[in-house]
Amino acid sequence: MKTIDDAVAASVPPPSGMHDDEALLRPRRRRSLMRRVLANWSVRIGGAVLLILILMAIFAPWLGTIDPQVMDPANGNLLPGTRAEFMTLAGDTFNHLYIMGSDSLGRDIWSRTLYGARISITVGLAVAMLAVFVGILIGLLAGYFRRLDGVIMRIMDGVMAIPGILFAISLVALFGGTLTTVIVAIAIPEIPRVARLLRSVVLTVREEPYVEAAIALDTPTWKVLLRHILPNAVAPLIIQGTFVCAAAILVEAILSFLGVGLPSEMATWGNIMADGRAQFNQYPHGVLLPGIFLSLTVLAVNIFGDGLRDVLDPKFNKRGGEA
Amino acid sequence: MTLQTTVASSVLSIDDLTISLPAGADRRHAVRHVSFDVAPGKVVCLVGESGSGKSVIAGAVMGLLPDEVRPLAGSIKLQGEELIGASSDKLRRLRGTSMAMVFQEPMTALNPVMTCGAQVDEMLSQHVAMTPALRKARILEIFRHVKLPDPERVFASYPHQLSGGQRQRIVIAIALILKPALLICDEPTTALDVTTQAEILRLILELQNEHGTAVLFITHDFGVVAEIADEVVVLQLGDMVEKGSKLDVLTKPREAYTRMLLGAVPELSAPQRPPLGDAAPLLDVRDLCKTYKTGSWPGRRRLVQAVRGISLSIRPGETLGIVGESGSGKSTVARCIARLIDPTSGDILSGGHSFARQDVKHLSALRRLVQVIFQDPYRSLNPRQTVGASIIEGPVNFGVPREQAWARAEELMTLVRLSPDALRRYPSEFSGGQRQRISIARALACEPKVLIADEAVSALDVSVQAQILDLLADIQQRLSIGILFITHDLRVASQICDRVIVMSQGEVVEQGEIKDVFFAPRHAYTKTLLAAAPGQGFSFGGTA
Repeated sequence: MKTIDDAVAASVPPPSGMHDDEALLRPRRRRSLMRRVLANWSVRIGGAVLLILILMAIFAPWLGTIDPQVMDPANGNLLPGTRAEFMTLAGDTFNHLYIMGSDSLGRDIWSRTLYGARISITVGLAVAMLAVFVGILIGLLAGYFRRLDGVIMRIMDGVMAIPGILFAISLVALFGGTLTTVIVAIAIPEIPRVARLLRSVVLTVREEPYVEAAIALDTPTWKVLLRHILPNAVAPLIIQGTFVCAAAILVEAILSFLGVGLPSEMATWGNIMADGRAQFNQYPHGVLLPGIFLSLTVLAVNIFGDGLRDVLDPKFNKRGGEA
Repeated sequence: MTLQTTVASSVLSIDDLTISLPAGADRRHAVRHVSFDVAPGKVVCLVGESGSGKSVIAGAVMGLLPDEVRPLAGSIKLQGEELIGASSDKLRRLRGTSMAMVFQEPMTALNPVMTCGAQVDEMLSQHVAMTPALRKARILEIFRHVKLPDPERVFASYPHQLSGGQRQRIVIAIALILKPALLICDEPTTALDVTTQAEILRLILELQNEHGTAVLFITHDFGVVAEIADEVVVLQLGDMVEKGSKLDVLTKPREAYTRMLLGAVPELSAPQRPPLGDAAPLLDVRDLCKTYKTGSWPGRRRLVQAVRGISLSIRPGETLGIVGESGSGKSTVARCIARLIDPTSGDILSGGHSFARQDVKHLSALRRLVQVIFQDPYRSLNPRQTVGASIIEGPVNFGVPREQAWARAEELMTLVRLSPDALRRYPSEFSGGQRQRISIARALACEPKVLIADEAVSALDVSVQAQILDLLADIQQRLSIGILFITHDLRVASQICDRVIVMSQGEVVEQGEIKDVFFAPRHAYTKTLLAAAPGQGFSFGGTA
């Protein structure tokens, strides 16, 4: 009997079912998840662009920038690459290279764009985390407790029916244009999408025998949810999180551009573009250059998310599939 | 030697076939140096455990292998035509007209949004020029031929409106309508109940006799081999171990591996079981009922009685079997007793407590008492948790300190014949049989008095199945626990159970000791079940 045992141990563990010669055809899942993620080219490219943007935002003070809020009306509407004397309100002067030119009030667009990246990235990450966290909570409850499901999901349907931008405008009008208000205002309309997704995954995972086994082991319900269901439902959420992040960056820019987000003196990409809008015909760089940063960021986040999905989502990860 | 003379006239001739696996797979070759022939009017059975490469051979013949799995050497000749390296156009033309395949799972082999008639018609219209009326007549004829009731109705039905056996008949009809010279059956009856399986096997044999079709039949079940085969090819991890006529292989196996496989097939007999004491029952189930409600509108509400008035009791050291076909309610009984679902009425008694009505929050006592082992070893362990974490979960929930639970888990690993190192690894690193042992260890960690094994060995290969049954018997001897063993396999039940309950459509049709129920059945349904068990007349198990 020993020999058979060894043979069994050596044979492939097929992923499911009783009859699975197919398992032979599948490469072994020995490589760790992290390494598979990092081997994906979309993740690499999107991740690299994001990393550069984040580093630029963090090290903005050392990258040829000045205070993004000081203005020098004498240096208004400079073209990109102009070098000029900058005079502060206190009367000090220094030589400054306007890498991306200046706006009509003489503020340095390069500085405003780099500092604006801080806000955009903060908003994107914070909204993604907030929406995913609350969405997980709601989705777990709705998916696991059948009695709560109907009520919770109808509320979610209701939230989804409110136009996101209008909702954000009214929240900002009520509570003022602070970063926290903007983050909360953008996150709330995203929550139902995350909650719906998690609920549907929970509905399938809760039927898995290992969940039943945990219940039979007298595992408390919160532990069943956190230890057995959530870890096995989390992959699609990470992917969804990246898309929420991209959407949040865009919505924040839209709110600022419309003048209903953060105060206009704050350096955000939407604010910079709003400032440049009036003189777009003569000085298009005031809109185009921050616009390029915005598009690049959103594109990078989406490419990164696509790459993650290719690796994590089994539906797109089939043998000879799309990858 | 008879093989040599039939080579010239054989329909399918496989010679020295070697198929490679992609880099990173567990072995280099899916199959190595496999040669055999299938003569017209003969059934050749490819037998082997999972991972033996038998389905890969079928895929190679049909030209349905994925790109990265390629035949390296050898030849596959269908009626003299070489198939290796043939263009996909040519293969497509051959599929259907010269060779056809019947798959394991009849539900997924059919398109759920097309009527059965349209699906057969698709096959017919692609390969022959006939008017629609003629085609329909031809389809109705073949439906009658595969013994489908009311062919006109079946023609207009969708797959979900038919039973599993009927669906498999449709698949067979699609395969046979163009009268192919070769029919490949890949585990066509594995997903079916025994009585249906017996009918389908009979049908394949009849059709094959009538048309002189050559049949390549893939199975892991020696009972099925005994029913249907003319010749047998035994595969082990891609290597051809033995081939020969059915009688030779089944009664005078030459190779140790074949002998081991045959020896592992449980015998249908009533072995002597250790005597039971007069101890009080551990668990007493009285008049258990489970009713499901479907439809939320009052007018459309229907009640489905899944279990109707089941009573049973389990004593220490006793194994009680519940046998029945799918849909008989046997799993529902198990899940009600473990309170994974709530029984509609009836009582579950143990140690003076009643558990049928207890609130889910106050079931700790029952959870300690009753543990469950599930069917699918690949889904019953949390893939994101180490084996150790899964095993100590129960004891920790019952208040055992973590270190103590871990020490106990190490002992349990030895008990289920695994190394204690396994505790730090993840389930994906283990084979099916090993995972089932881990599931047993997890159940035993709670020191239950009753173990419910819900089809616990059904998904395993026979050799692994034999080891798990052996292990369960050993554990029962040592710990004197009661086992509720749920299975559809009468052979397995006869080997392990003291008493057995036969269920059909939610009701008990017969119960008693193995020797009475299996060898002197009184109820017609039990008789049908026993008659349908494949491989009668061959004594397995005893040969090794």
